[in-house]
Amino acid sequence: MSTNGHSKQVLLEIKGLKMYFPIFRGILQRKVADVKAVDGLDFQVYQGETLGLVGESGCGKSTTGRAILQLYRPTAGVVHFQGTNLTTVKGEDLRRMRRQMQMIFQDPYASLNPRMTVGSIISEPLEVHNIGTRPERLERVRELLRVVGLNPYFINRYPHEFSGGQRQRIGVARALAVNPSFIVCDEPISALDVSIQAQIINLLEDLQEQFGLTYLFIAHDLSVVRHISDRIAVMYLGKIVELADRDELYQNPMHPYAQALLSAVPIPDPVVEEKRKRIILEGDVPTPVNPPKGCHFCTRCPKVMEICHDNEPEFRDYGAGHFVACWLYQK
Amino acid sequence: MGRLLDVKGLETRFFTQDGVVHAVNGISYTLDEGETLAIVGESGCGKSVGVMSLLRLIPQPPGKITSGEVWFGANSDRKNLLRIGDDEIRQVRGNRIAMIFQDPMTSLNPVLTIGFQVSEALMLHMGLDKAAAKKRTIDLLEMVGIPRAADRLDDYPHQFSGGMRQRVMIAMGLSCNPQLLIADEPTTALDVTIQAQITELVKRLQHEIGMAIIWITHDLGVVAGLAQRVVVMYAGFIVEEAPVKELYGNPRHPYTLGLLGSLPRLDEHRARRLTSIEGLPPDLIDLPKGCPFYARCRYRIEQCETENPGLEPVGPGHRIACWVDIGSAEPGFADGGRGRLQ
Repeated sequence: MSTNGHSKQVLLEIKGLKMYFPIFRGILQRKVADVKAVDGLDFQVYQGETLGLVGESGCGKSTTGRAILQLYRPTAGVVHFQGTNLTTVKGEDLRRMRRQMQMIFQDPYASLNPRMTVGSIISEPLEVHNIGTRPERLERVRELLRVVGLNPYFINRYPHEFSGGQRQRIGVARALAVNPSFIVCDEPISALDVSIQAQIINLLEDLQEQFGLTYLFIAHDLSVVRHISDRIAVMYLGKIVELADRDELYQNPMHPYAQALLSAVPIPDPVVEEKRKRIILEGDVPTPVNPPKGCHFCTRCPKVMEICHDNEPEFRDYGAGHFVACWLYQK
Repeated sequence: MGRLLDVKGLETRFFTQDGVVHAVNGISYTLDEGETLAIVGESGCGKSVGVMSLLRLIPQPPGKITSGEVWFGANSDRKNLLRIGDDEIRQVRGNRIAMIFQDPMTSLNPVLTIGFQVSEALMLHMGLDKAAAKKRTIDLLEMVGIPRAADRLDDYPHQFSGGMRQRVMIAMGLSCNPQLLIADEPTTALDVTIQAQITELVKRLQHEIGMAIIWITHDLGVVAGLAQRVVVMYAGFIVEEAPVKELYGNPRHPYTLGLLGSLPRLDEHRARRLTSIEGLPPDLIDLPKGCPFYARCRYRIEQCETENPGLEPVGPGHRIACWVDIGSAEPGFADGGRGRLQ
């Protein structure tokens, strides 16, 4: 919420990002095809903003987050973070860069080691990066627990002693430990109950304000993404089809997929629901091994034209940072 | 429309090594023919166990339906499902009451063909022979929108996508023209565009077949466009029941109010801070003596700690279990409740 209207400083610039996973078959384990999880992304993340990344399962949003942090080495493209191209950085240099970039994971049950105490989970990144002495680290862990709203007294407990919401707070504390400037939040609330979701969303918003964090917020729930993001990118089958300011995207979605997605989200108000008209998409998402030629959405698009089947539309700015990749608007 | 289902004081417990889990604690509600009722609540609130108990699908032991009555059927053949014999309940399950489950990946048998699984119920309950069952299976699959249904009878579940599998589940559910369809979080595992497909499908089919639906969900968004009445559950109790517009327009229980406040809305215009409900639901083994929501409630008064309020009417079709009238009480103070109900 802090960047609106101010001069924007680019923190992260992504150009032509591709992430293919090879498929091997047969006795010789020859490469037969690729899963094109992420198939050419261009976007920027500004300092201090929250960029929401939405899409349905399998559209490549989590892969994008991981490829940005170099947890996967991208097949192609560049990721500029504060002026450094991360795709060419290796070893110790990359590890040092990682102090700036952290991640919060979806599943608070699987992402914490059950054999480690909360204290050692949160101090692990400090040890890895050689920050502080033992007593300093301990003090830092206590402080972090307070920051995320947990009692420092819990420091010697194990993850199974906590509820899902509390575990997610531990995950947040671990991400904050090394004072990062950029955090990838990969569906941080989708495993939680509604009343707990709100607690975590509020916490993430408070921390952003307090520490000037930049978030890439990955989620499939458009209502949550609209709530927390400054700008939103909509992904479909490995591509960003639309990127705009959150209010602009909501009021004026241009891509037929974004329109359908927005219309499909239920609104918790029966009076509003009565009057809404849904765009029901036919069929399912095609496989990313063999995405359709031309526009990836052409097999399900209600406004499909001939050109969509043959040529891929360009991802273009239609004013005020509203990017769309659709032939409807390209003459 | 006649009364179809009348649940009275249903109570289900699980006797475990750690203690007795009070999963469902004396819930009562009714359902008319052709009506859609939504049961809403967070994980562990007893919404699934509550409806599984209707069909006596609780694993026993450790589970046990400890008291209550479940009257099902139109006037002439009303029966208490908890008292009839095993053969009789088998005639009700899948036949007059059908169920669809949350996870379409695990509720289909992976080693049997789609065609076999759908036609099984038809032969069992409707007494159709193989050829007739096959024909009806194709009709059903077409009805739920599976393209080229006749060619796909010999396919296995893994060859279907998640949305398609849920369509198959619905086809199975509807195969015997049930009077009541119980849908237990049927769209939770699906993407939002597929969720929209499935809810539209169920609405259309209800219109065509005229069955009643109990839709269990944690998603207040889905409920808004689907149900006529809503029951909100918390820690095994019904805390509020109201017609859908009344519930969203005039929520009277602090928990319902908290749930609605903690939902981000797609159509909200300004960034607003979500009003989260602090704390956690109570332990079902060790329920508090008073109101189960006491520890998290912003409107609580002294009485709430010691006495659990019963479900009392506050308007037409609107019942709540709360000692405080939140319309006139101030939130945030431990003893801030002024006007009380009753």
